Order: sequence, then structure tokens, then C-alpha cells
Amino acid sequence: MTFINTLIGTVAFAILAPIVGCLLAGLDRIISARMQGRVGPPLLQPYYDVRKLIDKDDVTVSGVDGVYMTCALVFTAFAGGIFFSGGNLLMSAFIITMAALFFIMAAYSSRSPYAEVGAGRETLQVMSYEPMVLLMAVCFFMAAHSFNVGDAFKLNMPVITLIWPAFIGFLFILTIKLRKSPFDISTSHHAHQELVKGTTTEMSGKTLAKVEIMHWCENVLFLGWTGMFFLWGGPLSIILAVVVALAAWFFEIWVDNNFARVKWQLMLKSAWIVALVCGGVNVVFLAML
Amino acid sequence: MGYATKSPWVIHYDASSCNGCDIEVLAALCPGFDVERFGIINTGNPKHADIFLVTGSVNERNISVVKQIYDQMVEPKVVVACGTCACSGGIFHDCYNVIGGVDQAIPVDVYAPGCAVRPEAIIDGVVQALGILDEKSKALKAAKRGA
Ligand code: SF4
Repeated sequence: MTFINTLIGTVAFAILAPIVGCLLAGLDRIISARMQGRVGPPLLQPYYDVRKLIDKDDVTVSGVDGVYMTCALVFTAFAGGIFFSGGNLLMSAFIITMAALFFIMAAYSSRSPYAEVGAGRETLQVMSYEPMVLLMAVCFFMAAHSFNVGDAFKLNMPVITLIWPAFIGFLFILTIKLRKSPFDISTSHHAHQELVKGTTTEMSGKTLAKVEIMHWCENVLFLGWTGMFFLWGGPLSIILAVVVALAAWFFEIWVDNNFARVKWQLMLKSAWIVALVCGGVNVVFLAML
Repeated sequence: MGYATKSPWVIHYDASSCNGCDIEVLAALCPGFDVERFGIINTGNPKHADIFLVTGSVNERNISVVKQIYDQMVEPKVVVACGTCACSGGIFHDCYNVIGGVDQAIPVDVYAPGCAVRPEAIIDGVVQALGILDEKSKALKAAKRGA
């Protein structure tokens, strides 16, 4: 039964997440433009971008980066499917990391120095956020007595009441996961930065389109994780979860526009300290409860 | 109009320009004109770009670079020569090392003259280039279908 659920969830996520993610990305660009005193592109600009990329000629340096990106997309859909069908949070976290690894492989496969530096930095990003993600899952388990997201609906009060320190820690690494400034060190959305484009330097056309779509899906999944903290009782609490997720999204855009990029050393150190303090303290507190 | 014209990403290369035109190119991309309204993004990566903005003439040293960037761009692509130097060599045309306008190195689609070229002229040039980009995109699609 769970297998069928996951399968249905995966298909639904693969169809819906790109749509929602695309609209979120468009909204991001408009809000960013308004924060900078500009009008900004139309809401569907990310969609136009991807359509254009698909129309472009097929050029590839290594011949396999497109395949790696397809794998990354499939794993992203799988991770989203598991989460949104109420499945195992830990599994979802592991599988989305798998997707990140395929993305890194795709960047490495070109052997281009820029892409390799980007891939190395993407690896550092994974290293930075992974401890907090795991601690978040552990905290969720200790608070909800289950790794299954669906079981949150059986609770008398949302897990946030018990694991708010973990939520703060999660918000911190969310910026890294969404690759937003000050932690956009592996790739950048703007020209004239030191690494040109980092991970995606050698990708073009359809492969680049896959990267964009993967980012959309990732964003939806991570915002889903954010909302998960606020689920309890019945499905009605989903409304609160969506509101909180959108607020977190707005907060991330604000952070993105107001902070300059940091060095990777600072990112790694601060992310691990936050994980140890917020996540660690929370785990100890729950253990003593 | 196809999707190619709705999301034109540009790359800017400064050949032997006096930097006057470069400043104008960056001025055209600044928030005041807000070209992102039309989906234009300055990419800094030839593999992601659709429109190549070149300023300044080509010389013996940079002709290979101009060709490199052009070759790395993925079809469909268009080139806009920004400024008199890029169009014909301009005041540097008889320098001992100058070869001439950008069209001596790569095929140019739109010439935007001016010394220095005004941001309005650049934007005009890019808009004209979009029409050509659309035609090229359609031709590519037809060729793909035929193949
Ligand atoms: S056209 Fe004029 S401003 Fe532009 S690069 Fe040549 S000399 Fe400089």
C-alpha cells in the first residue's frame, strides 16, 4: 500500500511541483526586482527561459551530463513523492541528497576547471547542510514518534511546539539548500561573479533546462519540509503550513537580496555550529522529556 | 514570436574598445532601464547566452578570443556590434595592430553605431537582433524536424 502511495505521490509531484516551483521562481524574480527598485520580468519568465533552453541546439562537453541530470530529476521527483504522500522523512532527505550528488557528478563530468570548482563547492554545501537535515529528521521522530510525515496529522499539537530550535536551525540551512546569497557559493544567478556560473558552466540547452526544473522541484520540497513543522490534528492545518512556507520563502528572498556572499569556510563552520547548537540541544531536550 | 525572443540572455565582450562603449553597455543593463522586464539577463557565460554584444574593434591579440566565445555559444545565436569601433574599426581603424570591425572575425547580425553607442541604441539593436534570433530559431527547428 505504501509503495502504491509513494508511486502516486511521485507522479503527482513530478507533474505539480514544476508548475508550483515555476510560479514561485517567477514570483521570486518579481519580488527581488521590486526590492531593487525595478519592475522585473513577467511571472512566467522562468517558464519562457526553460522553453527557450529546450529549443536550443544540443551541445554537450562530456556526453553524459544530460544523463546525470535526468537521474537527478528522477530522484528529486521520488524524494518529493515520498514526502508529499506522507512517507518517511528520513528517506526523503536521503534521496534528495542523492539528487544533489547526481547534480555534482554532472558538473564534474565536464572536466572544466570552472565547473569542477563549482562542483567542489556544491559538495561543501551538501556537507554544510546535511548534519542539520539529519538532526531535523531525528527531532521530528522524537517529537512525533514516527518518521512518517503523515503521522503528524495524528498529533495533538504541531511538532514546532517541541522542536522550534530545530526549526530555527533548519531555516538557517534552508538558505544553503536553496542556493541563495549569502550561501550561493556553488553557482550564481548573476554575471560578473568570480566563478562565472560554477556548477552549470558547461551545461547548455536541455541539460540546463533540467537543472532549472530540478531547482523548482527542490524548492517546493524544501518549502514542504518547512510547512511540515506546523502540521497537526487534521488536514486543515495544511493551510497554516502553506502560509508558513510562503513566509519562509519571502524571508529567503529578503535574505538573498540583503546579504553579500560569504566564503565557504564561514558557511561550513556556521552551519555546523548552528546544527550542533539548535539540533543538538533540541535532541538532548527531547531525550530528557 | 517564439520563446527564443522572450528570454534573450546576453554576453558582453570588450574587444579593443576604449571602454566608452562598455560603460554604455553596462548602463543599458543597469536597473534604470531594467531590461529584465524583457527577460534579458547578462550571463557572462557563452554557453548560456543567445546574444553576443561586442564592443571595440578586433586586433591580432583578441581575434581568437572573439572567435572562441562565438563558437562556444549554442545555436540559435546572434551578434550585435556595439559602437563605431565594433562596426568598422572606428578611430582605431588604421592602428598597426587593428584588423577592423567585429565582422572581420565573426558574422555580425546587427550594427549599433555611435561613439560612444548610447544605451537606447544598444537596446534598439538588441530588439532588432531578437527578430533575427526568432528567424534563426525557427530555421533550426525546421532543420531538426527535417533531419
Ligand atoms: S566607438 Fe568610441 S566609445 Fe566606443 S569603443 Fe570606439 S572609441 Fe570608444
